[in-house]
Amino acid sequence: MNLLFLLIVPFLTALGVLAAKGLKQVRTVSFIGAALQLLLAFYLLVQYQQIHVEGDGMLMYFEQSFAWFPSLGISFHIGVDGISIAMILLTSLVVVAGILVSYGMEHLHKEFFFLLILLSLGAYGFFIALDIFTLFFFLEVAVIPKFLLIGIWGSGNKEKSAMKLALMLMGGSALIFVGLIGTYYYSNPGGARTFSLMELANGGIPLQAQLIFFPFLFAGFGVFTALFPFHTWVPDGHSSAPTAASMFLAGISMKLGGYGCLRVATFLMPVAAEQYAWIIILLATIAIIYGAFATLMQTDLKYINAYSSISHCGFVLLGIGMLNKVAITGAVMQMVSHGLMTALFFAAIGMMYSRTHTRLLAQLGGLLKVMPFISSIFIIAGLCSLGLPGFSGFVSEMTVFVGAWQNPDFWYRLATILSCASIVVTAVYILRAAGKSVMGPIVNQDHLKLSDALWNEKVAAVVLLSAIVIIGVAPFVLTDLLSPGTDVLMAKLLK
Amino acid sequence: MITMMMLTDILLALKHELIISLIIFLLLFWKIRFDNAHSEILMGLVNALLLVAVLFVWFEPIETLLFNQMFGSNALTQFQKSILSLAMLLISGLSYHWLKNNANRIEFYLLLLSSLLGMFFMISSANLLMFYLGLELSTIPLAAAANFDLEKRKSSEAAMKLILSSSFSSALLLLGVSFLYGCSGTLQFSEMSYALVVSPLSQFGFILLFAGFAFKISAVPFHLWTADVYEGSPVPVTAFLSFASKAAVMFVFVSVLNQVFQSMVQTWFLAISILVFLSIGIGNLFALRQENLKRFLAFSSISQIGYILIGILGDGSQAAASIYYFLFIYLFSNLAAFGVIGIVSEQTGKESISDFKGFYQNNKFLSWVLAIALFSLAGVPPTAGFFGKFFLLIAGGANAYLGLMIFAALNLVVSFYYYLRVVKAIFMDANESPLPKIEFDFTPKIALYFCLAAILLLGFYGPIYEHIVHISKAYSF
Repeated sequence: MNLLFLLIVPFLTALGVLAAKGLKQVRTVSFIGAALQLLLAFYLLVQYQQIHVEGDGMLMYFEQSFAWFPSLGISFHIGVDGISIAMILLTSLVVVAGILVSYGMEHLHKEFFFLLILLSLGAYGFFIALDIFTLFFFLEVAVIPKFLLIGIWGSGNKEKSAMKLALMLMGGSALIFVGLIGTYYYSNPGGARTFSLMELANGGIPLQAQLIFFPFLFAGFGVFTALFPFHTWVPDGHSSAPTAASMFLAGISMKLGGYGCLRVATFLMPVAAEQYAWIIILLATIAIIYGAFATLMQTDLKYINAYSSISHCGFVLLGIGMLNKVAITGAVMQMVSHGLMTALFFAAIGMMYSRTHTRLLAQLGGLLKVMPFISSIFIIAGLCSLGLPGFSGFVSEMTVFVGAWQNPDFWYRLATILSCASIVVTAVYILRAAGKSVMGPIVNQDHLKLSDALWNEKVAAVVLLSAIVIIGVAPFVLTDLLSPGTDVLMAKLLK
Repeated sequence: MITMMMLTDILLALKHELIISLIIFLLLFWKIRFDNAHSEILMGLVNALLLVAVLFVWFEPIETLLFNQMFGSNALTQFQKSILSLAMLLISGLSYHWLKNNANRIEFYLLLLSSLLGMFFMISSANLLMFYLGLELSTIPLAAAANFDLEKRKSSEAAMKLILSSSFSSALLLLGVSFLYGCSGTLQFSEMSYALVVSPLSQFGFILLFAGFAFKISAVPFHLWTADVYEGSPVPVTAFLSFASKAAVMFVFVSVLNQVFQSMVQTWFLAISILVFLSIGIGNLFALRQENLKRFLAFSSISQIGYILIGILGDGSQAAASIYYFLFIYLFSNLAAFGVIGIVSEQTGKESISDFKGFYQNNKFLSWVLAIALFSLAGVPPTAGFFGKFFLLIAGGANAYLGLMIFAALNLVVSFYYYLRVVKAIFMDANESPLPKIEFDFTPKIALYFCLAAILLLGFYGPIYEHIVHISKAYSF
């Protein structure tokens, strides 16, 4: 398959949105574009499985390369492996759901859908890029849409949250940027300068340079994926954002960071990754425990989900830091799973909020009687979040733990045990939130008049939910997809 | 003996200078014959001729040295002159309303075009005397232009500050030139590069010359005139000052440093590193607190100069190419921003950030243009500014200290903050009585669309950068 279609479809959709008139046309165009993209993603998966043969030694599939700035060694080089395909599928699922959920967006609707599509375009480009300049370009494309989406359509202290998020992500980009320049000048000693990911990995980077620049790259990408102590944009950003933007932020945007940590930082600088692994694990464990306990204290549904995202993304970093095949597979699974689950969670919260106009636990209650569908979705998302078997959360967290336990070092095992124990805390806050908001007596009598989910909201929820259940019931679908990619990485690490 | 062939060559080598002189004469005769009548025809004519000057970039370049080897012409100078002509053309288009309502529009064109002519001679100079001549011709008319809002005191103040500071810097520069002449016995660039050796006198002369340059590009600590002059001058003149005069000096600065002072590379490497550090840091710190948009852009342009200077730290032609490319992109982002501010300030008299609160409610197109221009200045993709800034830092990264690179990268975040502050005012801040819908004519609209298209598309088109690399490799040094 020609991967350029993955960029052309969102681009044309964005142009179509600009040309469309009125909310109905705008949302229809966006939906058609997103649905088409979802089909393309599945088609890509099918094609990949037809072409891919176990052990064929191919690193990347469907590669294409166009000279862009040859004198600097920059080319527009794209290609995918199993890991990227999983991320592309995740993105397209979340985009479809996000657009369906925002069907009622009246205020400046054209700009809203345009920015959503631009944000997704950045993510698609990021996941298929095999040239770190191109990758960085797409990473930053998504910054402006995030800022505007939160600042214009958000709620609460939206300007401040938007500014905080944009600046922290820009700070992350600045760190990545320093890392890129270091990689560019110190890699491939004696050879030609290049930004090509594969050539950089083959050429090798001297140990001294790895030790200097790995922290820049990892921390830079870490900002995007809520690495402690750079996680502070997450609660404010997520809770102020409009529903679809929260879904995109938590479901897609935070995954850019995890993917970058894996595909760029760890892949290019494996020796440094091993040297610094203990710091990564320490920070990840802090994030997991701190995130879980911080969630306990929250009374706003969006804040609950935002802080729990910090905890869940900690598992991604924990898996990466353990540097073995099972743990890294678990980390990628956790990215996919968390992306779907948190998007579903935010969608459910958004549906509740748009009806009740409150997200505070104290003012909700008994919603299951009034809006059974939305409440069930909320509970299911919660159960997935606390790792109930049968949903994707269980298999991915389990994989991370199994992988993490393989490391016999005492401190590593301690970190694993502590992270494992945090699941109990997760259960506490999820069950408490579900109990207070959707069960029990109806607190506010006005809520009796509210209606249940509309068809578009139902479709959005079902799309996400089915993916969660498929991964939960048949995790081999995902692990088989990821296995070749992680093998390549492990070969790099063991060398 | 001058043969016919040589004559056409000479004329072709001087084509930019000739067409600008032609416009100047046209304006003078028009003033005598029609005075202020038929101004729309005149402005159309001037714009058309400027467009011709821009299109000269596609001519086969003539490589030659004229006037006793004082004046050089090649593909690089031809490209640089076309960029400056494009800046003049866009400014003329964007300030259409202001010019139409101004009785002295012919004088405005005369002053700016004379300055442009000076820049052309400066760019082509192969000799320090010619360079000085061009430099003076390019600055003195600007001081008069800064005084163009005749009834405003701030405008006269700006003119006074500009003329005083520029004559002071010229004096420094001349003193430096005389020391360097004393050391090397020549004013010719090509001979000086061999004749100069590192000695206390030559270093002293170099530092004076360097300070003169730094004044003109308003690098910190030689920046004190900038904000007041920007604020006081009318917007079109500010736009010209902030792009054209800096770009022209920058073009020469790059080639003089690499061509003439190659033997003193250690001296100027350190000096530039200090200027980078101060310009980015101070420019950003002051830009954070500005209320007036013109002052804000003044300080942000100081920090941009810091980033441009990083490029010089790189290796030879790649460094030069990254600077030319950045300036080419900076042209569109900067002029688009000034264009919107100019249109708004012409019709409403408002030019502070708080006046732009809720601007999006009534002026969608202008809001997007301003926002995209600011994003490009901040260096965020998908705008072209991202590519420009990335390539500058890549070029500088070859030699610059790691600490300086980290400082520069982190300061991108600070600059992002103050550009976002304006974007926030436009799109997010509530305002009971936002600025009314602003109508504008066809000419400024075309100029704005052109800038917008350039900002959004230029970066993706790789061959432009490759072309710039090619010509700077061939002709820089």
